[in-house]
Amino acid sequence: MILSQYRSHLVKFQPLIALVLLCIGISLMSDKFLTVDNGWNVMRQISVNICISVGMTLVVLTGGIDLSVGSILALCGAIAAGLLKFGIEVPSNNLFIGFTLLGAILAGLIVGSLLGLFNGWTITRFKVPPFVATLAMLTIARGLTMLYTKGFPISNLGDNFAYIGTGWFAGIPVPVWISAVVIGIAVVITQKTALGRYIYAIGGNESASKLSGINISKVKMTVYAIAGVLAAVGGIMVTSRLDSAQPNAGTSYELDSIAAVVIGGTSLSGGRGTIMGTVLGAIIIGVLNNGLVLLNVSPFWQQVVKGGVILLAVIIDKANSKND
Amino acid sequence: MLAARHISKKFSGVTALDDINLELPAGKVTAIIGENGAGKSTLMKILSGVYDEYEGDVIYKGNKVHFKNPREAQNAGIAIIHQELNLVPFLSITENLFLGRELKNSIGFLDKKAMRLKAEELLKKLKLSVSADALIADLKVGQQQVVEIAKALLYDAEMIIMDEPTSAISESEVEILYGIIDGLRKENKAIVYISHKLDELFKIADNYVVLRDGKTIESGGMKDITHDALINKMVGRDIDIIRNSCAAKERNVLLKVDGLCLTKAGNKQKNILNNICFELYRGEILGIFGLMGAGRTELMEALLGLHPDLTKATITLDDGAVKFSSATEAIKAGMALVPEDRKKDGLVLGLDIKTNISLSSIDQHQATGLIDHQAELTKAHHYIKALKIKTTSEKQTVKNLSGGNQQKVVIAKCLATKPKVLMLDEPTRGIDINAKNEIYKLIAELAASGLGIIMVSSELPEILAISDRILVMADGMMTGEFEAANATEDNLLKAAIPQTI
Repeated sequence: MILSQYRSHLVKFQPLIALVLLCIGISLMSDKFLTVDNGWNVMRQISVNICISVGMTLVVLTGGIDLSVGSILALCGAIAAGLLKFGIEVPSNNLFIGFTLLGAILAGLIVGSLLGLFNGWTITRFKVPPFVATLAMLTIARGLTMLYTKGFPISNLGDNFAYIGTGWFAGIPVPVWISAVVIGIAVVITQKTALGRYIYAIGGNESASKLSGINISKVKMTVYAIAGVLAAVGGIMVTSRLDSAQPNAGTSYELDSIAAVVIGGTSLSGGRGTIMGTVLGAIIIGVLNNGLVLLNVSPFWQQVVKGGVILLAVIIDKANSKND
Repeated sequence: MLAARHISKKFSGVTALDDINLELPAGKVTAIIGENGAGKSTLMKILSGVYDEYEGDVIYKGNKVHFKNPREAQNAGIAIIHQELNLVPFLSITENLFLGRELKNSIGFLDKKAMRLKAEELLKKLKLSVSADALIADLKVGQQQVVEIAKALLYDAEMIIMDEPTSAISESEVEILYGIIDGLRKENKAIVYISHKLDELFKIADNYVVLRDGKTIESGGMKDITHDALINKMVGRDIDIIRNSCAAKERNVLLKVDGLCLTKAGNKQKNILNNICFELYRGEILGIFGLMGAGRTELMEALLGLHPDLTKATITLDDGAVKFSSATEAIKAGMALVPEDRKKDGLVLGLDIKTNISLSSIDQHQATGLIDHQAELTKAHHYIKALKIKTTSEKQTVKNLSGGNQQKVVIAKCLATKPKVLMLDEPTRGIDINAKNEIYKLIAELAASGLGIIMVSSELPEILAISDRILVMADGMMTGEFEAANATEDNLLKAAIPQTI
């Protein structure tokens, strides 16, 4: 009895233990790892993945998946940058609309939420499997990004915009603040609101949730919209950090975020997992990336190692749920 | 044919089987009887090779055997037909029969012709008049079961274990199954028949073995024991006699359904439900009886607003006209449904009791937008006590509860929405007699408190015992209405048999 309690605690803190061991290991091999500068560096790097992964966690908890986040990130970053720099010009009517910093950011977020809503709509209204619906959106949003940017980066966006990705506030990098707020809101949603409850219920048993009077479509639309908004947040952060909206930004980011979700212990079939688990998953990936760079591991080997870690995480998780 | 000697089995220290002794003779149907958790499935899993660690001996055809896996048991001639059928839906009957034991020709390709011939021969023997090329998905559940039996015969099984074979098939299919079992008995096969339905056992079984708490309590010939004595042995104590309430109540209409029609999805010409009209009174238990496919479940679903595009009806609830375009609306208006398949449609098995109970009513606890966990816990606590849900804590995962307790959680979830009409679809399916009685008592209490109750059941004794009034359905139509006082098994069954032209 005591042993099994001990076990269940161990399982709960598994990602945390993995992270601590990882940090100890890397710091033994490289003295550059455990420094304040490097710490903030890692945190800043992972804050984009954390934002996306939090949205991904909500989607995965309902039993879905969102492959379009990387493309939505690029499109929203580009739109925010483009509106800020060029505004909207309609030469035929001699019309020009300029955007303030806030307006441009807001526009980016709105586009993100609309694309997410569109994902949710095709999934709930036409019963398109999430994998397919968001795969289509991955291509559509990337195409729209290319159309909007004509394939060229939009750069030199000004110091105020750059503050979002590179600035410091109260001794902590701004991106870290942003991801902390995102995490906080997501934890409250999952633990304290009916929406959160419904997300777990739908992922656990959609049919029973429907018969219990839960509006499945509404919950799913909301979740995909949140994933879209958070991808847009990530897009604005990336664009700001580089002071440039790259048309091919965010490529394969969806894979990193799915990796974070999975390493964090969320079940891909839905209904089981936590936001904090995903956050730990994202930190593990970030620390791993950073450590491998510090240790001068070839980028090719880095990919092999990352893949191995993902596989290991899922195998351990499977073994645990079998013992339940 | 097979004998078990002093079989014991423990799961991580907990005794599941304790010194089991029994005989399963050839040419006889032996009924294994016991409540849920009595050890029936554990024993069957040992006999069919699923569990290979146990104490004691299995003597099969005079020799001591110890099966290490299901394959070994199969090869020795022991087949088990599980409650949930193990067939691949989109393969044909032939392909399913030979799955894993395909016949091959001289160059190693599949010998389809030989397999097909053999399959046809088996189907003919079992009097299943469908093509051997038919897909499993296109068969009725009863027919699928026959295919499972054919599979057992294919590898010359000499002992066939059937676990709750009639739980999903209609009465006419049950008759066919009995015919097949009778045929197998004449071929000198040993049949083991597990069922909760005692009436069935009296029809089909020769011998019985009663298990209770992992022990063999008694065994003997079926004709030497009565129904009540058998129940007594199973439960080990006298059970309450089910109430027979015909108390004259004030007839005060709560729900009135008029001209309800439900069309088939994708084919609006075809009606699944046709012009259903009935009234439900306050404090009444209205039983709805019908055979499989009569449309009872569909009626419940339509009343919960699950098929808004396909349903046409005039519904009056509490003197107000209502129209439900979703389950959300129906539940808000005061309807609640305890669905037929609690694991599939009633519960989120991976979540805890508390969360499941408040699934339909979480709105009550989030006045500020945030869930009031304390209020939620208090409510869960209230229902666990009121419904006598056996659990260590309200945070217990529902998956780990017994069938009867799971059903109570579903009922608690419905009650938490403060319904006016509680619909129960086969509320006692797959739960043991003790739990059944508790559910009956609960239903009676709820009716007494003023709720209108609609109970769908295909078990005649149950529906006769607790309903105040009984409606009978056949082929999507209402074919009879009986007051409890003048309802008998005969006239209910007569009304339930479809009048095909």
